[in-house]
Amino acid sequence: MEPRIPTRMGDGSLVEMTRSEMRADLEAGTQLAARKAKVPELTQDELDHLLDIYASAARFTAVDIGEEVVLSNDGTGTKHIGNRVQDLQSFETLLGVDMVELWQADYSYKAVKTNVAHEGQSMKIAQALLTNPVQYGAMPDLGRYSKPDGPIPNWSELLPMGKIEEARDAQVEACEMLVEDIDFVADAMIEAGADGIDMDTTGAAGDADFLAGLTACRQLREKYPWLGIEIGMASEFVLGMHGQLTFDGERLAGMWPKDQVRMVQQAGASIYGPAVNINTGKSTAWNIARAITFIKPAMEVAEIPVHVNVGMGVGGVPTCLFPPADATSRASKAFVEILKIDGY
Amino acid sequence: MGGMRAAGDLVARMQMTRRMRLKEAKEYVAGKLGCSTRELSDPVAMETLRQENGLGLLTMTSSTHPGEPGMMEAKFNISRLLDIPINCVERFKERAGL
Repeated sequence: MEPRIPTRMGDGSLVEMTRSEMRADLEAGTQLAARKAKVPELTQDELDHLLDIYASAARFTAVDIGEEVVLSNDGTGTKHIGNRVQDLQSFETLLGVDMVELWQADYSYKAVKTNVAHEGQSMKIAQALLTNPVQYGAMPDLGRYSKPDGPIPNWSELLPMGKIEEARDAQVEACEMLVEDIDFVADAMIEAGADGIDMDTTGAAGDADFLAGLTACRQLREKYPWLGIEIGMASEFVLGMHGQLTFDGERLAGMWPKDQVRMVQQAGASIYGPAVNINTGKSTAWNIARAITFIKPAMEVAEIPVHVNVGMGVGGVPTCLFPPADATSRASKAFVEILKIDGY
Repeated sequence: MGGMRAAGDLVARMQMTRRMRLKEAKEYVAGKLGCSTRELSDPVAMETLRQENGLGLLTMTSSTHPGEPGMMEAKFNISRLLDIPINCVERFKERAGL
């Protein structure tokens, strides 16, 4: 009888599967992703490698010595222990991360704008107390500009009423306001000494949200040639909430990682962060094969560092409050060894 | 890569500032430090190299070596060694009239 190996489901629950069952899940994951994104399935060698990583009862796994990658971190300084800057120091000192990110709990550029002087002062203090690069991060979060949270007619209400043009106009207007706000906050943080700006969960509200991130990125790159700019995505696929928006003549709706990374590097970003969401009802083996299949074509055309989102609900890591180290370390090793990513 | 316990912060700066892919960034930093790329994530090898080049060590951050460069002082040295501008260093120079 085939031995059963402990492994995780996408919701984090610990289950047991045989090696054959894991192989079947890996094959199903890559086949589904290939069909959806119209990209090649993983090769047999890659699936064998993934099976070796996942069909192990080890508590923890890792890449070989010398093969480590850079860890950029959104969500450092979460007031786990002290104030936010003390937490950044903890991440630098105790966790050994390679760059840290100052952020506030209302993780949106629109929200930060109203409190920007205070945030800038925190950045200045952080820069005095840390050696690591410190970036400032928030979400573009286009939805904040629609009623009732913002001044723009709500396109999610207009669309079901068949008011397509009005919904499109609203998104374009919101996009312009968002670009201004990202630019405003970034200027203040750079004045305070920030090493980089992170636009996290970009595209969460669809193609207009992605367009705002790309446009703000290009503006910032023109002003600050040395600035670290990270664009992390919200999901594997750009939703066409508008449907017709373009950047450099290319339609953004429907873009998968391969096209996302081309846009991000054309906009002038330093780092691209692909995100592939977890299916909580499937095994982590199924999820990792699906995620790597989506991202692999992007790695083949990337000219800038790619930091895959590997954490809580994305990148093969279960959706749960405390992601287990067996799952996070397997996902990390898989991305590094199969895709040769630059960080995560 | 271990952050400033090793040389992860230095490699990260090359990715951020010069948009270098990982291999290129590691080779660039290793070239400036005169070490192998494998040593960049080795905290034992990097303790000596960081100390020799004044790049900051965790023990210096925690003030047990107050006579050694730490934080802002270390970033002046990192900027010079890697030949990249570091924003807070440039602001410091401008505001202090240096």
